[in-house]
Amino acid sequence: IACLVMYLFSEFDDAANLLAANPDATTISIDEPVEIPKNQHSRLQEPGREEDDELLGTDDSDKTELLAGQKKSAPFWTFEYYQTFFDVDTYQVLDRIKGSVFPVPGKNFVRLYIRSNPDLYGPFWICATLVFTIAVSGNLSNFFIHLGKPTYHYVPEFRKVSIAATTIYAYAWLVPLALWGFLMWRNSKVMNIVSYSFLEIVCVYGYSLFIYIPTAILWIIPQKVVRWVLVVFSLCLSGSVLVMTFWPAVRDDNRRIALATVGTILLLHALLAVGCLAYFFDAPELDFPAPIIPAHNGTTVITKSH
Amino acid sequence: FPGLADVSISQDIPVEGEITVPVGSHSPDEDYSTLDEPVRDTIMRDLRAVGKKFVHVMYPRKSSALLRDWDLWGPLVLCVSLALMLQGGSADSKDDGGPQFAEVFVIIWFGAVVITLNSKLLGGTISFFQSLCVLGYCVLPLTVAMLVCRLVLLAGAGTISFIIRLIVVVAMFGWSTLASTAFLADSQPPNRKALVVYPIFLFYFVISWMILTFTPQ
Repeated sequence: IACLVMYLFSEFDDAANLLAANPDATTISIDEPVEIPKNQHSRLQEPGREEDDELLGTDDSDKTELLAGQKKSAPFWTFEYYQTFFDVDTYQVLDRIKGSVFPVPGKNFVRLYIRSNPDLYGPFWICATLVFTIAVSGNLSNFFIHLGKPTYHYVPEFRKVSIAATTIYAYAWLVPLALWGFLMWRNSKVMNIVSYSFLEIVCVYGYSLFIYIPTAILWIIPQKVVRWVLVVFSLCLSGSVLVMTFWPAVRDDNRRIALATVGTILLLHALLAVGCLAYFFDAPELDFPAPIIPAHNGTTVITKSH
Repeated sequence: FPGLADVSISQDIPVEGEITVPVGSHSPDEDYSTLDEPVRDTIMRDLRAVGKKFVHVMYPRKSSALLRDWDLWGPLVLCVSLALMLQGGSADSKDDGGPQFAEVFVIIWFGAVVITLNSKLLGGTISFFQSLCVLGYCVLPLTVAMLVCRLVLLAGAGTISFIIRLIVVVAMFGWSTLASTAFLADSQPPNRKALVVYPIFLFYFVISWMILTFTPQ
């Protein structure tokens, strides 16, 4: 325990030194390892409007984290309580979307964009858009695939909308709940430096689903290779946002548990993408898609289909 | 007074009136009591109010009639007629067809409620029912589009009819979105307007999609 305390003190010392040396530096040092402080801080020179928030976050990083879930002071049965979850402007929402689509290595989405102001606007409306995008794109894609066939009669397949809605909202809200519960449980056993509130996790998951909207629209293209390339590409982008967010939260834990957690997060994300592709979009040549392992055998698949 | 030298009062303007204070026993409700009037008057008044709002939707101007005297008759009539017209689509199985009556109803009302809640949570100053009223009334262009689509489909279901339907639906979708935005945009905080307009766009897009993909038996 003495070692742990000394470790923490040395981190504070470094942070104080850096702050003294360069007052304009943005320091979110409490959750970054001591050995690479300079790289992190130089990268965190964000545009001016972020500085105030960051300074507020650094006078007492511990308190910021503790208060992360507690800044709403209105009682939960009043309307004002829920208004605090929608306290975002247009440019903030657009920034968060941008941050989820272009992840920069080393930057943590929550620390950088959410910053103790998690909102429910993004997750809710991105999920709603995704539901309808997948349903509409699936319908359009099936229409184009079956267009020339004489026996084909177009159907709107409206029932799939409710299925899509259930799946996506369940993923975007239940998986964060499970993950948050799991992280809280691990926090009680192992002293983790970084912890997230439930809303911040919901926020990350919600914004990370944004990449699937253009992906779903591009899935209309009836080429297997194109679709799988899109799956892999969007999985890399949003998966990396999730990994970079949650790795610091499990890093201090048992190695195997940390890897298993991050692996499960990625696996569920991949399952969502692949499942949606398989269920809503018919295979381009009406034979059911081969095993769901893309990659090194991809070329053999396309030579067979034409 | 020199300035009034050329002012003259025409002799045939009566200048008379009554200056009496109404006595307490004169019931204040007498002018507003609608209990004794013929049923026809009651119905016609409401119908006229609804009709006036329809006109305001079709020719959106900066008027507050929709907002001030909100009512939900118009949205109900529009929603029911739209849901009825969307029936009768063909399907191989129950799962593949178009939306059922209840689904259309739920989408329109639940969608309107969610959008209203969204705009209020973002800090809008409009009241709940006013917003529901505006969103409901602005479904009128899309109902007209559905009517046109069904008429066009009576004539045939080929490519030409699809193109006509597409153009009509897209035009009415634009009209609906612009009309509702015109009425609702002013009550939103200025740096969040896009956040409020986008769900309205999505809402009318979904309704337009349901109309466009309607295929008859």
